[in-house]
Amino acid sequence: MISFSPTEEQSLIVDTLKRYAKDRLRKVFRDADEDGELPADLLAKGWELGLVGASIPEAYGGFGELSAVTGALALEELGWGDLSTALALEAPATFALPILAAGTEEQKQEWLARFSDETYPNATAAMLEPTIRFNPRQLQTTATASGDGYVLNGVKAYVPLASSAEHVLVYANEAGKTQAFIVPVSASGVSVGEREKLMGVRALDLGRLSLENVTVGGEGKLGGAAGINFDVLYARSQVALAALAVGVARGAYEYALDYARNRQAFGEAIGQRQSIAFMLAEMLVEIDGTRLMTWEAAWKLDQGEDALRAALLAKRTADKTVLMVTDRAVQILGGHGYIREFPVELWLRNARGFATFDGLAIV
Amino acid sequence: MAIEFNLPEAIATQQSAALMVAEHMMRPVSRHFDEHEHDIPWDFINGLWPVMRANPMFGAGESKPKNGDSGDKPKRTPIGNMTMIHLIEALSWGDAGIYLAAPGGGLGAAAIAAAGTTEQKQRFLARFRESEKPVWGSMAMTESQAGSDTSAIRTTAVRAGDEWVLNGEKIYCTAGRLSLEESAGLVVVWATIDPKAGRAGMRAFVVEAGTPGMKVAKLEHKLGIRASDTAAIVFTDCRIPLSNVLGSTEVVTAEQAAQPGGPKGFQGAMKTFDATRPAVAASALGITRATLELLHAKLLEAGYELRSDVPYHDMSAVERDFLDLEAQHRAAWLLTQKAAWLMDMGEPNTVEASVCKVKAGEAATLITQKAVEMLGPLGYSRELLIEKWMRDAKINDIFEGTGQINRLIIARRILGFSSRELK
Ligand SMILES: Cc1cc2nc3c(=O)[nH]c(=O)nc-3n(C[C@H](O)[C@H](O)[C@H](O)COP(=O)(O)OP(=O)(O)OC[C@H]3O[C@@H](n4cnc5c(N)ncnc54)[C@H](O)[C@@H]3O)c2cc1C
Repeated sequence: MISFSPTEEQSLIVDTLKRYAKDRLRKVFRDADEDGELPADLLAKGWELGLVGASIPEAYGGFGELSAVTGALALEELGWGDLSTALALEAPATFALPILAAGTEEQKQEWLARFSDETYPNATAAMLEPTIRFNPRQLQTTATASGDGYVLNGVKAYVPLASSAEHVLVYANEAGKTQAFIVPVSASGVSVGEREKLMGVRALDLGRLSLENVTVGGEGKLGGAAGINFDVLYARSQVALAALAVGVARGAYEYALDYARNRQAFGEAIGQRQSIAFMLAEMLVEIDGTRLMTWEAAWKLDQGEDALRAALLAKRTADKTVLMVTDRAVQILGGHGYIREFPVELWLRNARGFATFDGLAIV
Repeated sequence: MAIEFNLPEAIATQQSAALMVAEHMMRPVSRHFDEHEHDIPWDFINGLWPVMRANPMFGAGESKPKNGDSGDKPKRTPIGNMTMIHLIEALSWGDAGIYLAAPGGGLGAAAIAAAGTTEQKQRFLARFRESEKPVWGSMAMTESQAGSDTSAIRTTAVRAGDEWVLNGEKIYCTAGRLSLEESAGLVVVWATIDPKAGRAGMRAFVVEAGTPGMKVAKLEHKLGIRASDTAAIVFTDCRIPLSNVLGSTEVVTAEQAAQPGGPKGFQGAMKTFDATRPAVAASALGITRATLELLHAKLLEAGYELRSDVPYHDMSAVERDFLDLEAQHRAAWLLTQKAAWLMDMGEPNTVEASVCKVKAGEAATLITQKAVEMLGPLGYSRELLIEKWMRDAKINDIFEGTGQINRLIIARRILGFSSRELK
């Protein structure tokens, strides 16, 4: 069937996250952005919701199953709440879910159980590199086979929670193909660099990671000797980012809608003028369309279908939609939109990042 | 329920039949009917009629009991609207103008199904299932001074004994000629029973072909969809039975109609649009898919790559353009499916119907225009159908509510403003 209503279980998850986003994230996001860090207990509380554990089957210590559709629904709500927090909560997922989706049996047994524990695990992934010609399928970070293992070299950028992570899933170029490697930060040759200073997501700790002749055993290569099908993992990442973008866009749209209903100019609400009203109508059109494209790509992933094109289309559309919507939200608030007392400028800064954020989230 | 995107078997089967028709009965004659504007595609019409009779679109099949459907069977999920948009999309992939000339109840039947009584549905819609010869229905709202502003219509209906007497002139009525001159069809005519009452005075009347006092006065010449006739219809003391007013046979005074909660005429038309806007969107997207398919093939033939596994910043300009066009189409088609699905679920879909119409109208316009550009001398040439599809596509951002009017509808709903507060 073609159908657009979430299952009861999914609706429960969405409701829980809606509440968390409204009651927690929306209370702290501005201060967190100004302070450059998330409140200490925020992640712990968010982690207790069991986001990653809900994607892991019982056999590996979790209490759910991997579903890109469920993931997309959840991430939209977190994105609505606050993008910095959402990405921080996603960091362990970017380590665990690729292992679940593409790891060997041993890797799943070894790593997954801890992601259903109550304490937030210090694990993350490193995909981006500091170059404007970043290409996830032609990474500059290399992995060279050596003996039973591999030697990694290169520099990774925008690594979530780099300063506190204990394990990193590092994407590297092995003989022209992108593969992933489980690297302990304590390994020799790994060094964590400066924190990135960015336009947006300022509450999120993103850092550089250098790898200099880092040796990884054969058991550290995701998927074992055969490796991974990177296209599938990348599509999962694109779907996750698209879902987050939809959430950010929806938040900005709702705020601007409410504002346009109430703000008076020339004796009536600004929303009574077509130039404002039509902007809002178009924002809704684009948000709804982007959401459905994201769901469709997610559904294809869950069916095991080829989702390469669908995920690319969804992500590209989401990048454009979230920028358009947040920019218009600023415009609808006028001068007030430019002032940091109002949230929309923060959402615009966050939104611009989506075109760059390769690999920072996954479903 | 779950979020799913697989086409039910029942729809897929009908869709492939429609695509066969599109490929073998429409595409080969596309150009002919574009260049011979008022020719009627009879081969297509006669070939399709048995199928359309068996599966009437919109509400025309409503009162027909389904063969062997007994009450104790488990209820199947209704898929009527979902089926309809897939068939319209497939036929419009063949030719959107010829699709509009397909026999059946069309917008007229849709209005009767949405606003008519059981008796009226039986009396007026039976022909779309039972007639041996093809029959059409159409809907006439627009007048020269009343397009988007439907409340400005001047055609009057005055009660005289057992009859209504209609006077006025309608323009731009799709399939007006086919309904009234080429078949024993009907037209649903919007008229006012009290010109001072505005919307509240508006009623829809069914006028059957052959009624004295009704005349097709003119056929328009158009930019595209030329296989579809666009007729002006003149009513001069045209008398119809009292019971031909839709929704109610009781005579409604303007005072009653103006009462809050009183009998409403306009609401009937609004309800129709919830079903027909996704249908228009689907037609737009059939043209659009045809365009994207041909564009894709021609670009590859010309040596362009259209890759999915390179970063946006490493794609060629052509590759990027194509990606963006494809994304526009996909968003519009999913929005259209959602609007139809809501309708099938019996849920309100007014906003979603306008959302998909806005997106599809715009996407079809943009994509077909861009395709002409991207194909260079080939795109502009009448040897290919692309230039025709560009001309055909444009109508979808105009009829059934222009892009602006549908934005207004969405905006009023989301902002909670009345039509007086947001004009
Ligand atoms: C091929 C064809 C087939 C048609 N078939 C039918 C049919 O079967 N039955 C029928 O009844 N009609 C039919 N129509 C008529 C069609 O629905 C109208 O043309 C359409 O609604 C627009 O009305 P108009 O042409 O008078 O334009 P106008 O209403 O004069 O609009 C002109 C421009 O102003 C804009 N505009 C108008 N009001 C507003 C507003 N409040 N805010 C912002 N912008 C506004 C419009 O969007 C448009 O861009 C058909 C038209 C065509 C061309």
